[in-house]
Amino acid sequence: MVPEDLKYTKEHEWVKVEGTKATIGITDHAQSELGDITFIELPEIGSEINVSDSIATVESVKAASDIYAPLAGKVTEVNEALESSPEVVNQSPYDEGWILKVEVSGDSGKENLMDQAAYETYIKENK
Amino acid sequence: MPERDLNLKRTPLYEEHLKLGAKIVPFSGWSMPLQYTGIIDEHFQTREKVGLFDICHMGELVVEGRAAENDLEKLLSCSIKDIAQGKCRYGFLLNGSGGIIDDLIVFRTGEETFMLVVNSATTQKDLDWILQNISSETKARDISEETAKIDLQGPGSSSVIKQVTGYDEETKLKRFSFDEISLEGIKILLSRTGYTGEAGYELFFDAPMAPRVWQALLSCEEAKPIGLGARDTLRMEMGYSLYGNDIDETRSPLEASLSAFVCMEKDFIGKTALIKQLEEGVEQVLKGFICEGRRSARKGFSVIIKGQTIGKVTSGGFSPSMQKGIGLCYLDAESSNAGTEILLTDGKIEIKAVISDMPIYKR
Repeated sequence: MVPEDLKYTKEHEWVKVEGTKATIGITDHAQSELGDITFIELPEIGSEINVSDSIATVESVKAASDIYAPLAGKVTEVNEALESSPEVVNQSPYDEGWILKVEVSGDSGKENLMDQAAYETYIKENK
Repeated sequence: MPERDLNLKRTPLYEEHLKLGAKIVPFSGWSMPLQYTGIIDEHFQTREKVGLFDICHMGELVVEGRAAENDLEKLLSCSIKDIAQGKCRYGFLLNGSGGIIDDLIVFRTGEETFMLVVNSATTQKDLDWILQNISSETKARDISEETAKIDLQGPGSSSVIKQVTGYDEETKLKRFSFDEISLEGIKILLSRTGYTGEAGYELFFDAPMAPRVWQALLSCEEAKPIGLGARDTLRMEMGYSLYGNDIDETRSPLEASLSAFVCMEKDFIGKTALIKQLEEGVEQVLKGFICEGRRSARKGFSVIIKGQTIGKVTSGGFSPSMQKGIGLCYLDAESSNAGTEILLTDGKIEIKAVISDMPIYKR
């Protein structure tokens, strides 16, 4: 279930790094734990983000939780389709349910990212 | 597999929930199914078809004896003497200050016998209070352990009951009535009541029979299991109070906008306090709210009008039927008219909303 070509955080976000660009979303494990997602607050395009900043809020029927920036940079794109159809994150967390794209500045945060195998182990240990 | 917590009680249907792939969560001392397929899916299943709920955790108390009617008249806010056998009624146990000890449904199961269906977390407290306030000839006991309760809710409920038991209630069982029926030889008290706003039933029977009854009802293709998540969204849309959230010992039925379930033409514990509240008016009342968009205010958010904090959210979440955030809040009575614009905040985010009468979801 966990794709090979992505990196992961302990907060159950995924990051796809391509050169200086990164796409960020939440993992299948995260969407499954949250349950039906009903609202997503997206960051503003152009906003500067630092590692561990709260950059988006995901609300499910039962609760609200924050998404933290895994990398530093500037927000270049947000998935506006999620504003009216947040359930896409449940249906396609790694693909159509991406949340934002960032122009990455510097390496900070990268040392904390896990690869597929490490993340799978992490999920098992934290169940 | 969910973590095994020995402090949590399990209903007789626990194994059924695991088989159905439920997500199990702790709920007031019990391991209960939060959801099976998803809260929104289960919500619409109940609104449009029919849903099955494990409610075995709720409490049942029996009060009986020659003086039981008089004792309950004194203990409960609703009138008892005009409840005929086979009928039930919603009401409250109140303390001396008019605060709600519990909300419950009282069933007259015999001339001198009553069953009280109470909240699970308050069962022991209720029994203690009842025992303190009944005459020596009246007996009260807790039958929760040996009693199973399954709710069947939704427009398809009567068809399911007919298919499984052959019982055709359409013509005889009115709302807040009950009957004794047989399901595969199992004796069931079938009551036309519920907590969803849909037509439906609550079934009471011997606890060991729970898996058989559950499986029989689920064998009807249109019936699906529903978890506590959807139970909460369904009741919130109707504006039904949840004990411990929207009502408690610090709130009276008048503050909770539930005066319809109080009979002022008789004496009962808490009446003096309610008379005073009626004369002086209550400061705060419970109302529904509807958020501007999908974002939901949650329990604990402050209610603000013109920069002034005038209340607090006691239940809040997403309404699948309305596709908006909704909930219940206490706020100053003078600012509580339906349509009043309010701001809901946790100090970080602000959500625009309007006050709503009950039910919040109007079809």
